[in-house]
Amino acid sequence: MANPNITIHPEVHAEHAHHEHDEHHDQHWLWKYIFSQDHKVIAKQFLFLGIFWAFIGGALSSLFRIQLGWPEATFAWLEPVLGTWVEGGKLNPDFYLALVTMHGTIMVFFVLTAGLSGTFSNFLIPLQIGARDMASGFMNMLSFWFFFIASAIMFYSLFLQNGPAAAGWTIYPPLSALPQAMPGSGAGMTLWLVSMALFIVSQLLGGVNYITTVINMRTKGMSMTKMPLTIWSFFLTAILGLLSFPVLFSCALLLIFDRSFGTSFYLSDIYVAGEALTNVGGSPILFQHLFWFLGHPEVYIVILPAMGIVSEVLATNARKPIFGYRAMIGSLLGITVLAFVVWAHHMFVSGMNPFLGSVFMFLTLIIAVPSAVKVFNWLGTIWRGNLVFTTPMLFAIGFVSLFISGGLTGILLGNSAVDIQLHNTYFVVAHFHLVMGSAAFFGMFCGVYHWFPKMFGRMMDEKLGYIHFWLTFIGVYLVFLPMHYVGIAGFPRRYYAFTAFDAFSQFGDLNMYISLAAILAFLGQFIFLFNFVYSIFRGRRSPLNPWHSNTLEWTTPVNPGHGNWPGEIPTVYRWPYDYSKPGAAEDYIPQHIPFSQTTSSNLPNEKELE
Amino acid sequence: MITLAVAISVILVLVILVLLFRIQTLASVFTGSTQKRVGKSNKINAILLLSFLILGGAAFAWSYMSHRENILIPIASEHGVWIDDMFWLTMAILMIVFVITQVLLFWYSYKYQHKEGNRAYFLSHNNRLEVFWTVIPAIVMALLVFRGWKTWTTITNPAPADAIVVEVMGKQFNWLIRYPGADNKLGVVKHTLIDGSNEFGMDLTDKNVMDDFVTNEIHIPKGKPVLFKIRSRDVIHSFYVPYFRAQMHAVPGMPTKFWLTPTKSTADMAEETGKPDFNYELVCNQICGRGHFAMRAVIVVDEPEDYEKWVAKQKSFVESNPDLMANLKTGVPATTGPATEASEQDDAKKAEEIVREKAQL
Repeated sequence: MANPNITIHPEVHAEHAHHEHDEHHDQHWLWKYIFSQDHKVIAKQFLFLGIFWAFIGGALSSLFRIQLGWPEATFAWLEPVLGTWVEGGKLNPDFYLALVTMHGTIMVFFVLTAGLSGTFSNFLIPLQIGARDMASGFMNMLSFWFFFIASAIMFYSLFLQNGPAAAGWTIYPPLSALPQAMPGSGAGMTLWLVSMALFIVSQLLGGVNYITTVINMRTKGMSMTKMPLTIWSFFLTAILGLLSFPVLFSCALLLIFDRSFGTSFYLSDIYVAGEALTNVGGSPILFQHLFWFLGHPEVYIVILPAMGIVSEVLATNARKPIFGYRAMIGSLLGITVLAFVVWAHHMFVSGMNPFLGSVFMFLTLIIAVPSAVKVFNWLGTIWRGNLVFTTPMLFAIGFVSLFISGGLTGILLGNSAVDIQLHNTYFVVAHFHLVMGSAAFFGMFCGVYHWFPKMFGRMMDEKLGYIHFWLTFIGVYLVFLPMHYVGIAGFPRRYYAFTAFDAFSQFGDLNMYISLAAILAFLGQFIFLFNFVYSIFRGRRSPLNPWHSNTLEWTTPVNPGHGNWPGEIPTVYRWPYDYSKPGAAEDYIPQHIPFSQTTSSNLPNEKELE
Repeated sequence: MITLAVAISVILVLVILVLLFRIQTLASVFTGSTQKRVGKSNKINAILLLSFLILGGAAFAWSYMSHRENILIPIASEHGVWIDDMFWLTMAILMIVFVITQVLLFWYSYKYQHKEGNRAYFLSHNNRLEVFWTVIPAIVMALLVFRGWKTWTTITNPAPADAIVVEVMGKQFNWLIRYPGADNKLGVVKHTLIDGSNEFGMDLTDKNVMDDFVTNEIHIPKGKPVLFKIRSRDVIHSFYVPYFRAQMHAVPGMPTKFWLTPTKSTADMAEETGKPDFNYELVCNQICGRGHFAMRAVIVVDEPEDYEKWVAKQKSFVESNPDLMANLKTGVPATTGPATEASEQDDAKKAEEIVREKAQL
């Protein structure tokens, strides 16, 4: 279907691709904007779809926060939207579970995986390493369209009569395997599995491309140790995804077999809805091992790109080199490797052998070390800087604050003994919403505000950006900090109401207040939406290098065409963090400036490179 | 009509906001503030960041102190004390790191805000410093792992041989409770034998079943080790008792266990909490369907002698269901499947009814 582009494709990467440049302007709009193979267009497609999903996911959370904050409230006023999900003025408990399930699925996979990696890996890898496009533009396009089909199926499942999947985003069988156990495990679960299978295909197509491009297509002089940390983080994220998503694929496949073809991978000794099932010999624990083998690396797939973006933005706006560049790469590598061997800390009380619990506690707490190194290095970066508080800079600082707050509680949860009490309580909800939910969102906002000028040639409004940041930052803390309290008191997650237990009769006011803060923070995101859409069309025109940044993308024209650089791709001479170098005229020296032009600022070891 | 009025006022407010935004944009164009790289906003944001640290920190401390009474729930088991010690030891270390890093983050942001003519200090790395702050967290983590490992293994070690055995079986959406009776052996169960009157699926041909008894509430004696044998017959549930600091999943097809020694009787806790009708509650803490939020059982911790009396009063399952034994001999099934289904739906409905009733109070 995108044949016209396939023939052009090899030439895009040829030395003098700019000759073909004009040809692209004559392309049919369908190939230029819809089935485009230009990495920048694909990145924007991922971003738009990601933002769409983020608002759906946020709206779902507002719905269940209303239920939790005001358990006695009537939902009659929502009947026009929710239809039969409102029963006698009350929200249907099955639908409540569907809401939390879809909120989790959408946010983790569709927004923070596809929306974050899909947008920024696509957009920045070629621009920052000096390549004309991805290694395979066609596969890249397929990656987006697989994501699109997965999205369409997941979106459709929201409108099924029995509702979408409702067994929690972790879809533990047998609950997810037995339609008799809950209505959401019927057609909704089938569509969930189909959608996720397509989503995994999309991730693999994208990941192969990112890795290949980073390894093979760096411009002259761009050695691995001269790459910006953004590229390092995207590269390692892609490796994580490529190795762990296939495991989720097989995990889902076995569940499909159990659901539809009578196998017993996860089912054994079950009596449900007045009937004893014939399945024997399966193990629900097997599913959990397979699921978390992806599920845990997944949280690093979400947070690593945000770390890369934040490192880049902090250095640029502190006007200072990133502190400990090699340690930053080392800690990214450390996290990547350890991410594969900590999965069972989600399963301390699942019934697996307690010895495994000891091993995974050890491995889990080790991962705190590279994470701590990153935080210290970010603090080292702003120390004695000359900080410019652009909107992306504020989001970067917010990211570090949230990453500290949420990351530290992970040390409690990673301790198997303490986890006996905290497992599945609101403490866990608070922990991961801060450290991977909100922090990754902040990384994403940081990236959108920072690279918006490169994406659309215009600037986003700063004042609105400030208001958006402060509303979101304060809102996030108001929502998730009190959740720790509720969690320490033992409140379980995924509860429709806390009225059935004497022990949970308190904290009604606190829950109301959390809900209020959550809904206000969600409404605050519409300021971002307005700013984003308005600025695409009417924003102030961007200069060539609005943030006085060193990386290669700012050497392209304000609106780069397909192929990125009209002339030759610049050669790289130095690392990307020569900010405020003593002796230099400006407080930044871009990567493509040779040492021969900066004799006044060269360090002793750089003299020979002149 | 009201909906219309609300809609119109919302639209008007939005229009006003957009107009304000336009005026602000135009004003900034005329004053030329868009031309400057670093404007007044930089200072305002720096001050806001510092205020966030001070006010946010104060609000955090205040909110914790004012809710502390409710957050910190009493401990009613032996190992619960160890878990809480581990929790607070870790928490103390975390709070030190939390305060230092957050203060530095916001203080540096304020202190090193952009100043015209200033230049950042060009510093790319410092190996000694970096080794220092890699090794220190590694040592602290090693200590926490060691301490955590000791706590964890003590808790998960096998139960003492004299522990009282209680079987708890999760089903949508309540808990079934069975005691082994005088022989201290739980009889064989098969999921294929489950029906409306034999909810455990006990195999009545097994002699160990004969003295097993089934109850509605869990009774355990204070100060004696109790071994909970945990199972599920449909989906995964989680056996969770916050006051005991006890949790274990109930998994279909794979029996699990958790043992503990309760240290406070129900009466002790009623006194401690000031709630005369206090009850220990068994909570389901793993999503299991519609009635998940109401899947509850009462646990009564008796003084040992009261417990003995209570046990003595219980009639065995076989004794209280004589027709089952009779049917077994004649080979006629006691009840049929659909009856069970109806009763299960009733459970879920009942739970929701309770919620509705409470909501109206």
